[in-house]
Amino acid sequence: MSKFTLPLLGFALLVGVFVIGLTMDPSRIPSPLLQQAAPEFSIPSLHDPDVLVGSDNYRNQVALVNIWATWCPGCRQEHGFLLELAKEGAIPIFGLNWRDDRVEALRWLQTLGDPYIASGFDADGRVGIDWGAYGAPETFLIDSDGTVIHKHIAPLTREIWERDFLPLIAGSGAK
Amino acid sequence: MIPEIGHFALILALSLALCQGILPLIGAHRGNVAMMSVARAAADGQLLFIAIAFACLTWSFLQSDFSVAYVASHSQLALPTVYKISAVWGAHEGSLLLWVLLMAGWTVAVGRFSRDLPAEFAARVLGVLGLLSTGFLLFTLLTSNPFLRLTPAPVDGADLNPLLQDPGLAIHPPLLYVGYVGFSVAFAFAIAAMLSGDLDQRWARWTRPWTTVAWLFLTIGIALGSWWAYYELGWGGWWFWDPVENASIMPWFMGTALIHSLAVTEKRGLFKSWTLLLAISAFSLSLLGTFLVRSGILVSVHAFATDPTRGYFILAFLGIVIVGALVLYAIRAPQLDSQAGFHLLSRETFLLLNNVLLVVAAAIVFYGTLTPLLYDVLRLGKISIGPPWFEFAMLLPLLPISLLIAVGMHSAWRAQAPKPLLQRLRLPALLAIAIGILVPGLIYGRFGLLVSIGTMAAFWIMFASLQEPWRSFRRAKGTPAITRAMLGMSVAHFGVGIFALGITLVSAFTVESDQAMQTGATVQNAGYSFELRELRDVQGPNYQAIEGRVEIRKDGEFVGEVRPQKRQYLVQQNWMTEAGIDAHWNRDLFIALGDQLGNDTWSVRIQYKPMIRFIWLGAFIMALGGLIAITDRRYRGGA
Repeated sequence: MSKFTLPLLGFALLVGVFVIGLTMDPSRIPSPLLQQAAPEFSIPSLHDPDVLVGSDNYRNQVALVNIWATWCPGCRQEHGFLLELAKEGAIPIFGLNWRDDRVEALRWLQTLGDPYIASGFDADGRVGIDWGAYGAPETFLIDSDGTVIHKHIAPLTREIWERDFLPLIAGSGAK
Repeated sequence: MIPEIGHFALILALSLALCQGILPLIGAHRGNVAMMSVARAAADGQLLFIAIAFACLTWSFLQSDFSVAYVASHSQLALPTVYKISAVWGAHEGSLLLWVLLMAGWTVAVGRFSRDLPAEFAARVLGVLGLLSTGFLLFTLLTSNPFLRLTPAPVDGADLNPLLQDPGLAIHPPLLYVGYVGFSVAFAFAIAAMLSGDLDQRWARWTRPWTTVAWLFLTIGIALGSWWAYYELGWGGWWFWDPVENASIMPWFMGTALIHSLAVTEKRGLFKSWTLLLAISAFSLSLLGTFLVRSGILVSVHAFATDPTRGYFILAFLGIVIVGALVLYAIRAPQLDSQAGFHLLSRETFLLLNNVLLVVAAAIVFYGTLTPLLYDVLRLGKISIGPPWFEFAMLLPLLPISLLIAVGMHSAWRAQAPKPLLQRLRLPALLAIAIGILVPGLIYGRFGLLVSIGTMAAFWIMFASLQEPWRSFRRAKGTPAITRAMLGMSVAHFGVGIFALGITLVSAFTVESDQAMQTGATVQNAGYSFELRELRDVQGPNYQAIEGRVEIRKDGEFVGEVRPQKRQYLVQQNWMTEAGIDAHWNRDLFIALGDQLGNDTWSVRIQYKPMIRFIWLGAFIMALGGLIAITDRRYRGGA
């Protein structure tokens, strides 16, 4: 084989990498928190600055932690579905209001409805950093031992809920 | 009706491209003149029909015909007219249409200016271009048709991505594409030469002006893109090593190597197989860039439409084109050999080094861009390779290159006697060393090894580039003037010097600070004081903005006023930063609003950027050099 076929071989390898690469989703970044203990936190409640809320509100339960803000269009989009989940009593949802304005956030919950068992007010985004949040909405699924078993970035929909969340919840219950 | 005409015209163009791709190649193989002569007519017709399709799409945008899906997703009634036009190529489908339009334009130009070439050769070149065009037209029609209708039509469109609503971005993609597509001509020449088996030096001479034109457009396109990123993305950087930027710089490095290697092949008949491989690679990397950007295989801030079907289509097309070319290369290249030799100290040696270093530069970018993908594919985890890695790695090839340019330029073909070379370069070298040591210290008050080396290299290149033009200017009557080719080379290299100076000083002496500022607050940075006088609301045609009025003073003296904006586009609801820049030839003061921190308080990014204009100026001077070189008498009147 002559050295002039080397470029051909190199390119063939590259095509192999591309073919596999096309089947993958580059924007899927696994959270470092997956299968780790969820961060413990305790912060002022959105509704009342003197009351502290946090991981205690959902301890020993399978729960969702939903990071949201009024400036986030995706949060408005998923809000309806969160309300449905809450109404069905499917799962307790803890709301982390992230880098937001208290007055506007309260008005939002008043006008659109409040799906949360409790809402923390994370004005400076510190709790968000512990959770590795880099954009709202983000939703974490926590099992009863307080382990993060799934993370979803982007608005939650029923389709995604049934596909990604329900099997995991069923699995964690069996455990 | 109009969109259907466009759609139909595009199908006709595809049929003509097929004729142009098949008949002339068969004709050239059999020596059939009638079949060969189809090429030019088919190319003209193809250009006509693609132009009609392009005009139809533009018309749909101008009329805000939202029944056309592409228009509905990338325009809006309130969009200013100029952006309605630039929106035509603002997203995937339309930019492909622009691509095929430019490709047809290049093909017609090749047809016009190749009349003096042997008929078989011209027919093969046009045939190869026809096949490439067929691929792109099929891609457009099958996976990315811009003329698809939408029922029911929406009342208003979803607006053009606000990032693209900017004059810089309106013209940057077309220029970049002229460059990308232009490398297809060099590619077609190389394939035609390999098909004919007639691989003497002539094809190199015919290819040179085309390659230079493609290269100069690519240079301008990249420079404009960088300039746009600088004032529009709001971070004050001018190059981000984003996959899309990398996709444009790889063909640039290869194209630059190709230009130099073609010179050796034309003048001395050396590096023949290497030049062929470069011609294939420059265009292959342009295609690869398209693939990377369009398939969604990499994450990028530029992310165009991402759709796996498109990804597979481009990959298949890429595979056919590149594998075909490389197979042909593997068959033909072993037959090439050159007897001509050269001494260690000769222009050939320096051009060889230039080629090796430029290819290394392209390889580094390639590695940095694709390694995250490779890790992902091999399930080794997710990694990302960022600017610090690239910035360091690029020094390895580019620092030696910038030191070698001057010597290479003044070396003779075949063999260069060391003594006269030393004599000629002594003065510029000494001057450059002196300036390299003094300038950073005297003007910017700080010394540093890297900054001294960079400054030295920059002035070394500039002085050495001026020597030949200067000699010609002061020559005795009757002695020959510098040729256009030589002058072009000198100018382009001078541009490299300017560019290197810009990069060196910007990276060494930028002062940046992020501040929380309230109205009325004053911040000091790099000897300037910045006062935020006022914050007010501004209403644009399709956005609303908060505008800061920042007054800049130096030692109490008024320097200028800038108005950075934070815009919210009404339809897409995203926030855009419009930096306020006080530009001066030797420095920019760059002010951008960050986030609102409270009532009347904003985080403000203030940067002092010395000599940043030299980066783009250098690139434009390089392109100007290319322009001068192609006017050389050698290339006029064809072969």
